[in-house]
Amino acid sequence: MTETAAFTWTAESEAAAQKHIAKYPEGRQQSAVMPLLDLAQRQNGGHLTIEIMEFIADYLDMAPIKVQEVATFYTMYNHKPVGKHHVQVCGTTPCWLRGSDEIITACKKKLGVGMGETTADGQFTLSEVECAGACVNAPVVAINDDYYEDLNAESITQILDDLASGKDVKPGPQIDRQTSAPAGEVTTLKEFVAEGEGA
Amino acid sequence: MPTLTIDGTEVTVEPGTTVLQACEEVGVEVPRFCYHERLSIAGNCRMCLVDMEKSPKPIASCAMPAGDGMVIHTNTERVKKAREGVMEFLLINHPLDCPICDQGGECDLQDQAMAFGRGHNRFDENKRAVEDKEMGPLISTTMTRCIHCMRCVRFSEEVAGVPDMGALYRGENMQITTYLEKTLDSEMSGNVVDLCPVGALTSKPYAFTARSWELSHTETIDVMDAVGSNIRVDTRGAAVMRILPRLHEEINEEWISDKTRYVFDGLKSRRLDVPYVRKKKKLTPSSWADAFKAVKSKLKGVKGDEIAAIVGDQADMESMTALKDLLASLGSSRIECRQDGSAADASVRAGYIMNSGIAGVEEADYLLLVGTNPRLEAPILNARIRKAARHFGLKVGNIGNAEDLTYRVDEFGDDASILQAVLDGKHEASEALKSAKKPIIMIGQAALSREDGSAILKAARDIADKYCMRDGWNGFNMLHTAAARVGGLDLGLTTEGGVDAILDDAEAGKLKVVVLLGADEIDTSALKKSTVVYVGTHGDEGVRHADIILPGAAYTEKFATYANTEGRFQRTGKAAFAPGDAREDWSIFRALSDVLGNTLAYDNLQQLRARIAKDVPGFENLDQLQSADWGDFGAKGEIGAGGIAPAIDNFYHTNPIARASQIMADCIDARGGLVEEATGTNG
Repeated sequence: MTETAAFTWTAESEAAAQKHIAKYPEGRQQSAVMPLLDLAQRQNGGHLTIEIMEFIADYLDMAPIKVQEVATFYTMYNHKPVGKHHVQVCGTTPCWLRGSDEIITACKKKLGVGMGETTADGQFTLSEVECAGACVNAPVVAINDDYYEDLNAESITQILDDLASGKDVKPGPQIDRQTSAPAGEVTTLKEFVAEGEGA
Repeated sequence: MPTLTIDGTEVTVEPGTTVLQACEEVGVEVPRFCYHERLSIAGNCRMCLVDMEKSPKPIASCAMPAGDGMVIHTNTERVKKAREGVMEFLLINHPLDCPICDQGGECDLQDQAMAFGRGHNRFDENKRAVEDKEMGPLISTTMTRCIHCMRCVRFSEEVAGVPDMGALYRGENMQITTYLEKTLDSEMSGNVVDLCPVGALTSKPYAFTARSWELSHTETIDVMDAVGSNIRVDTRGAAVMRILPRLHEEINEEWISDKTRYVFDGLKSRRLDVPYVRKKKKLTPSSWADAFKAVKSKLKGVKGDEIAAIVGDQADMESMTALKDLLASLGSSRIECRQDGSAADASVRAGYIMNSGIAGVEEADYLLLVGTNPRLEAPILNARIRKAARHFGLKVGNIGNAEDLTYRVDEFGDDASILQAVLDGKHEASEALKSAKKPIIMIGQAALSREDGSAILKAARDIADKYCMRDGWNGFNMLHTAAARVGGLDLGLTTEGGVDAILDDAEAGKLKVVVLLGADEIDTSALKKSTVVYVGTHGDEGVRHADIILPGAAYTEKFATYANTEGRFQRTGKAAFAPGDAREDWSIFRALSDVLGNTLAYDNLQQLRARIAKDVPGFENLDQLQSADWGDFGAKGEIGAGGIAPAIDNFYHTNPIARASQIMADCIDARGGLVEEATGTNG
């Protein structure tokens, strides 16, 4: 990306930013730095720049380095441009045991890029992330704000295909399973289930 | 008042004391890296773990408030194990490069690894490496050595007031940096070198020049500004290798400004090391005897009122006295110490010192600055004001240039005529001063070196008289920029019309001989018609039109007395000998008097000091804040409208030593050049 134009809020983001700031007591507006960084990252199409961090520092009346500290500490702030769909494959132990290697291979094959790279058309960025916190549905891939769970090579390829062609995709478990309920048939507490819960 | 037991000793401490401080009170040493008594508590190094009874885990003593009935053990097996564990973790990523590290020999990590470490390491993996950061011309970085104590980050944010340092990334990737790797834009950035417990931040000018154990230490005081910071000068042979702060709670705490710390290379360049006599328009090296002879011949037939002297900003009281006595023996009393044209009045001591003292700023609750920028004129005082504003609720108002002083200031504009409104009670500052319990009005040389300086001084005095006097509290403070000034005023070195009249008279041909004692902040082109005898250390402005140059000793090369802006007398130590044929200034005048046939009545420093003590009360009471009687000073007059120009344009170039320093020049370059031609404290 070339020179970034000076950043400023859109009217929408500004309103959202003010809402975040209002959550904190007078003079503690700096507490809103994290949601504001997220807001700015979304407005900017997925990543932060020095200009944006300085803008937010100025907006919250704090030192630019303090904003940079926060923005570099948390991994969900991106400092390089990302594609329209940020494919974040979980590679931590439970997902790995449940076949995340296979998912990664499928993604690489489908997208034709390596880890941390963006496709030539700017549609996809592939990254490996640490535990996404959805181990019960391992393996998991987060694409932008949605989790796609209980994946295998076929289902992730299908999702990427659908996203590429602009079709709607269904987040959540990709197998016959309700959220994180036991997969397949109920094996315990059958009477309880029969009485109504989750029947 | 909580009472706790530490290693079997009972101790009662002030509420709010931490366990670590309580341990220090009973003389139990607790190792630490991140904890520093002048910075906020971070608690991130974990080296200070101690055992507390009833606690399942060791506690971080630096962050744990002492509680009543606590039983602390610092010598249990578990504490030993905890320390060894922390030490082992700290050393995992710390390089074993002590032999090539400048911190070696005075390194907290090295010392504590010796005292509390295991002696071996179980970590077989690769150590991490971190790219070095660019922090400007003063601080050299080796970031791989950093142990993330965050002292430098806390210092820059809390003490220096320049929050430009921070820690980026996290975990093993964490890195300390300045924002976008810019130079830390603080006048006291060098202190992070002292604070760094390891060799991550070291002094760039000192890099690889000496080892700490081969240096001789001389305790002395600084003359870069009028604060009189206590310093330690480290020398190897005749060369000053570095300058470090010494603890003085009432003056500089443990900080010094960058100019104080890094000016030392200026002591080596452009020095006057032999006498010079101008022959056929050219200055030629000569012997002392010939130089004295030349002075004698120039003085032949010259009447007392054709002789004058101007004293520079770094002159000590001994040499000023000797010069004064020498002039007196020649029939002249025209000797002026206010080379910036300040209207400071020598008649009342309370009228030219900082009556509240530097530490007194912490007690004050309102401070009105008049024509002064303490950040440039006295960075250490500025840090004290910032501390008071941050922690003790000091409010600050300013009549003068609006500058970033690193704390909140109510700007009233730079029009000096506001003073009249304040005096008449028609200004918001009047109310603030009146309602404050301990108000201060601090007047700087910028305001006093205006045409109407006397009237401004009088107005400031009247404001102080009206609003700033409380029982046992005198809130009139004058901030000087020159280390010599209070001493000069104590000796009464003021003349009618000041330095301007001397220069005018010299230009008009009324003055035959002008003696300059290190006076370099004046425009010497006015002295072309007179015979100029320059006594000083550096080839600077003062020697430009000099006819006879007598080389003197710099502040690190003599035993001398200075009075700081508080009026506190302090003595320098002699860290090295003056170069070449240069001599201590007072002895030059003493020797010259001998040649002129009117020998001054003292043969050594003791006799000279006894002579000064007769004129200057309290001269022998070293390092004491001496209260002075209040009186009337300044001259009533019209205060003209118009702004107050700053006293210092270029912090790094205020005196001949600094101007000879390459490091100071580098500091200016790093800040984009600032001002090319420095005018120093020239009014």
